[in-house]
Amino acid sequence: MLPPVIGVLFDGIAYGMLLFLLSVGLSVTLGLMNFVNLAHCAFAMLGGYVTVLLMNSFGWPFFATLPMAFIVTAAVSVGFERVLYRRLYRASDLDQVLLTIGIAFISVAVAAYFFGTTQQPINVPSYMRGSFNVMGLDIAVYRLFLVGVGGVITLLLIGALELTRFGAQVRASVDNQRMASGLGINVERTFAVTFAIGSGLAGLGGALAIEIVGLDPNFAFTYLIYVLIVVSVGGLGSIAGSLVAAILIGVSDIAGKYYVPQLGAFLIYLVMLAILMWRPVGLFGKR
Amino acid sequence: MTAIALSTRGLSKSFGSLEVARGIELNLPVGARYALIGPNGAGKTTLINLITGMLAPNAGQIFLDDEDITALEPQDRVRRGLARTFQINTLFPRLNALEAVTLAVAERRGIAMQFWRNIAVHGEAIEEAYDILAKLRLGEDCYRPTRELPYGRQRLLEIALALATRPRVLLLDEPAAGVPHEESGEIFEVVAGLSDDLTLLFIEHDMQVVFRFATHIIVLVGGAVFTAGSPAEIAADAGVREVYLGTRKHG
Amino acid sequence: MSIISEAASGPVKYLKAQTRWHPIETVFWLATLLPFFFLPDYLQLASQIAITALFALSLDLILGYAGIVSLGHAAFFGTGAYAAGLFSKFVWGEPLTGLIVGTIAAALLGYASSFVIARFRHLTLIMITLGLGLLLQEAANSASWLTNGSDGLQGVTIWPLLGYFSFDLYGYTAYSYSLAVLFIVFLGARRLINSSFGLALRGIRENPLRMPAIGAPSRAHIRIVYTISAAMAGIAGALILQTTSTVALDSLGFERSAELLVMLVLGGAGMLYGGLVGSTIFMVARDQFSGIAPQFWYFWIGLLLIVVVIFLPNGILGGLSKIAAQWRRR
Repeated sequence: MLPPVIGVLFDGIAYGMLLFLLSVGLSVTLGLMNFVNLAHCAFAMLGGYVTVLLMNSFGWPFFATLPMAFIVTAAVSVGFERVLYRRLYRASDLDQVLLTIGIAFISVAVAAYFFGTTQQPINVPSYMRGSFNVMGLDIAVYRLFLVGVGGVITLLLIGALELTRFGAQVRASVDNQRMASGLGINVERTFAVTFAIGSGLAGLGGALAIEIVGLDPNFAFTYLIYVLIVVSVGGLGSIAGSLVAAILIGVSDIAGKYYVPQLGAFLIYLVMLAILMWRPVGLFGKR
Repeated sequence: MTAIALSTRGLSKSFGSLEVARGIELNLPVGARYALIGPNGAGKTTLINLITGMLAPNAGQIFLDDEDITALEPQDRVRRGLARTFQINTLFPRLNALEAVTLAVAERRGIAMQFWRNIAVHGEAIEEAYDILAKLRLGEDCYRPTRELPYGRQRLLEIALALATRPRVLLLDEPAAGVPHEESGEIFEVVAGLSDDLTLLFIEHDMQVVFRFATHIIVLVGGAVFTAGSPAEIAADAGVREVYLGTRKHG
Repeated sequence: MSIISEAASGPVKYLKAQTRWHPIETVFWLATLLPFFFLPDYLQLASQIAITALFALSLDLILGYAGIVSLGHAAFFGTGAYAAGLFSKFVWGEPLTGLIVGTIAAALLGYASSFVIARFRHLTLIMITLGLGLLLQEAANSASWLTNGSDGLQGVTIWPLLGYFSFDLYGYTAYSYSLAVLFIVFLGARRLINSSFGLALRGIRENPLRMPAIGAPSRAHIRIVYTISAAMAGIAGALILQTTSTVALDSLGFERSAELLVMLVLGGAGMLYGGLVGSTIFMVARDQFSGIAPQFWYFWIGLLLIVVVIFLPNGILGGLSKIAAQWRRR
């Protein structure tokens, strides 16, 4: 018989994987360009609504909508980067914060206008809804799926980073932008591609999140706070940092709510503050 | 035997496997006019950052007069008379020169925290700031925002800010960097006019300037002191010429 | 005054002239008296605006002058409100002492957090201000035995001001009180900005790297201004408690902090009057459009933010002063 703590741990890891998908893009783009994109979770929300639209209005199967969530979000983010973000790469933190919060506000209004303010239900295939029993513990299929997807994406990302030439360019640019462009690396193009991939992953995360936490127009802000916590705890520009931080926050949140419900969301704020005060650059951050 | 104003012992710093400072030993006597030269990436600015406290060393010590200042914060070192200028202008863009230098004077005089008194009551501090600016021929320009000043004047303001702290030891990081040759003369006149009690260490690439002002030259290569000596010795040193072709003005 | 004539009068006179009271400021403050005569039905709203203006002024001190981006400033506002509320509930309802209690509570919290705040910059700083604000909100929620949770503090009674002027629905007392407090605190803030300390704050904002190089103890400066700013936000919080006789968790929340940031940026940070102008415009607009569904409100606010960042980086006042400068040059 497995003790319930394993179940809590598993749920926390699954939730952490979701947070990882939502956060990794922001972490890498922040590390690359120091651009504070607070509209990141609005992009995630877009991915969620793409899935809702395709499934509920066009009858697409769930798994088919996932790549579309990624692609559409990536494409939209490229548009924003070209038109708006590019002007502000050298602007102050405050200006970037305000511009991207503005975009997030607009996205909330647009989402509410087209989809209403209530949560959007989707019907994932029934076999995804069940759970199976492992040594006395109920493991939800969907959560296992999340862990699986998270693991695969992590491997793909790390593989791309370490083994491809593009990955090397990203690593060089995160490390030292000036030297990288001196070596002939087109930092702005590297950033544009990385930004698109990161936003696409967020969109995928948004689509996957529907079944776990639900989707409504406030998603853009509710999860922004979690994502910011993961990114600052993990360290800017680090995939490993995002993964570790996301799992840490995911487990802390689930465990906190399970074992000490009065503390509520308290615990993750304390964890964040404690880690930031000990290591201001985050667990895996540089500078 | 003249007193030593600034010295370092075994100063070392590395970033991972990259060693940027290797056991640097330095002795600046009071009133010295020492030049620090070396190829790009030799660690000259890093050394200044270590001495001023902007970078923490991995090993070694720094002494100002006889006091060990290795553990002191940068602003505390400034209060003890150690000042520096920056190679890249590090000024206050929207403050005008008068405000900037007045701020430096006010901090030195310890009156900067008096938030209940109008700034105009600190007449002496303001006049002192104006005098410093006037001596550096920035008097007329002192009411314009720093970012509107021409580059050469901004470099002078760099020096003015450092002088406002009444340093005993002044580290100048390429004071005329980026200034066209015709205008850099003004900057070096200022440097030449500095008091004899002031101990000076300056980083410079222009060998004409170095030979004109320095009484002693330290050559830094790869984070370590390659050699040191009088200008004549360094000029004759084949090793130096090999490692650093010294007739270029900008590195 | 042109630069040449200023130069002739000497550096001390120049700096003094920069701090002189400008006639347009007198016009502004006289205009704040207009609601008494022309808009007597709106005095309650006017007092809310005055209080929010004070709150925005407190953020301007740290954001506009010291360059500290805070997403959690409402923590001090809410602390002032709850402290004043609990004081009136359990001790006595005299407003002026309640005001002092609220101020001190917020100042203490500000002082404590200033030790952490002063050590960080950029994203880490933003996250810490956000985290501290959220933490306080959660704590206030959990401590519902004290704060009454999301229902808000109940049973608050405020005694008449100076024993005579009671806080009623008409709002005469509320607006007079809030406006008077705003003006007095404003004078204090103005004095601070025009001092050598104000210059030091601007130095920190303009170039935090140069400050230690001129011997400035930046962290000590930040601790002082952060505490003062927290106290001011606490005053505003106490005022809102006293003029509305209630306070709820939203006074501490992220939305309140974010909204404040929008108001300040709209008006223009770093100019002392920016927060006052921005909060007036924002609150009047919100009152006028209160019938509209919140989604549309968010849409326009979002659009406004984008427009301000791209076209009006120094807010409305910044834009106006640029126009004035160009007009003067002609």
